[in-house]
Amino acid sequence: MKVNIAACITEPGSSERNKTGGWRVFKPVVHQERCIDCGSCWIFCPEACISRKEGRYEVDLDFCKGCGICANECPTEAIEMVLEEK
Amino acid sequence: MPHRDVMHGSRAVAEAVRLCDVKVVAAYPITPQTHIVEDIAEMVANGELDAEYIMVESEHSAMSACIGASATGARSFTATASQGLALMHEVLWIASGLRLPIVMVNANRALSAPINIWNDQSDSIAERDSGWIQIYVETAQEALDSVIQAYRIAEDAEVLLPAMVCMDGFVLTHTVEPVEVPDREQVREYLPELRMPHTLDPENPITMGSLGDPNYYMECRKQQELAMERALEVARRADEEFRRVFGRGYGVVEEYNMEDAEVVLVTMGSVAGTIKDTIDMLGDESVGLLRLRLFRPFPKEAVRRALANAKVVNVIEKDVSIGMGEGALMTELKSVLYGSDIKVLGTVAGLGGRDITTGHIRQAVERAQRALRGERVDEVAWAGLKEEAV
Repeated sequence: MKVNIAACITEPGSSERNKTGGWRVFKPVVHQERCIDCGSCWIFCPEACISRKEGRYEVDLDFCKGCGICANECPTEAIEMVLEEK
Repeated sequence: MPHRDVMHGSRAVAEAVRLCDVKVVAAYPITPQTHIVEDIAEMVANGELDAEYIMVESEHSAMSACIGASATGARSFTATASQGLALMHEVLWIASGLRLPIVMVNANRALSAPINIWNDQSDSIAERDSGWIQIYVETAQEALDSVIQAYRIAEDAEVLLPAMVCMDGFVLTHTVEPVEVPDREQVREYLPELRMPHTLDPENPITMGSLGDPNYYMECRKQQELAMERALEVARRADEEFRRVFGRGYGVVEEYNMEDAEVVLVTMGSVAGTIKDTIDMLGDESVGLLRLRLFRPFPKEAVRRALANAKVVNVIEKDVSIGMGEGALMTELKSVLYGSDIKVLGTVAGLGGRDITTGHIRQAVERAQRALRGERVDEVAWAGLKEEAV
């Protein structure tokens, strides 16, 4: 894809194409059996990359930068940060 | 109708800005540039130029205002010199990185310390890598004409880069010369209205000045380099077309007495006039002058072609790269001539407004002639330096 002149962004929402998950060192792993469906991880994620699907919380690893806020906020320690090997 | 008048070089620039229908002027005064923006302010106040005139608190702000204005698609202008240009340094890169065709006149002046308001070219040469086109002019007429040409080159869809017209402070800004002021309609014909592919427009919103992370940054820089390379041909054509419309042109380089020249003096700016007079006085066919009008993009092929029969070159320039022991033009000329047998000498001259006399030019010629005879000579000399005072 050719970069626009002066790197101008000419359409809204194009940042979704810029996958930033590669910055991550630790990735969140959700232990569903400890999850109480409080939604704290979903609320606190600064990248809005946690979504709720049929009562389960999933992380979009294309955009999760591994900051660990979700794991820190989870009241039941249902999210574990695991060193990612690439 | 075009008309001839006698005027300061600074007035000639203001006339060019008027003729180009510039829409936004943002300016901060600094010697020896102030006359330019004073004259433009008068034109705006008198209704001769329909432009927004923005008084700003610094040169950094002047360039920033021009960037904002240019981003909306408005033809923008500012002028500065020396410390003012240095204060603009970081924003110069934003103007070029955003590909905004701003035109600025730099009235070349030495940098402090010690404080010095007089002419040399260290200020603009220090900005050679900022992504701006740089044109160096010899006369007031060429300053006027080059501002018009600069807009035409900068705004070309193949280029879209800012352009700096560099004129020697005082030597050109404050001296009076006969100048032909072109006809406004002819200028309009030569310089069509600005059309940019990227502008800030509420109807079609875009983001300018976004993050360019490591995935994108290098491609942006390469695009600038390619645009600068295309600017060379665009500049050549713009000058040819200018000659067709207005009856005078300059080329991207100017050759003087070069047909049989073995010794060639190379320079930029107004000192070319003194060099031409000296060559005329010498009456020697073996001594010629090559004046670079374009410094960015560097006209490599034109320089190689012009120097094809030269044996020794002496670069006379009003700047020095401290720690390199020579001026930037000499370094770049050696790079362009790498692999050829041409001997390159350098003369650092006119720093801080020191006069460059025909005697200094003769000395530069004689040193080159001694080198031509196989004698050992200093690679770099400082013209008119008071050795005992160093």
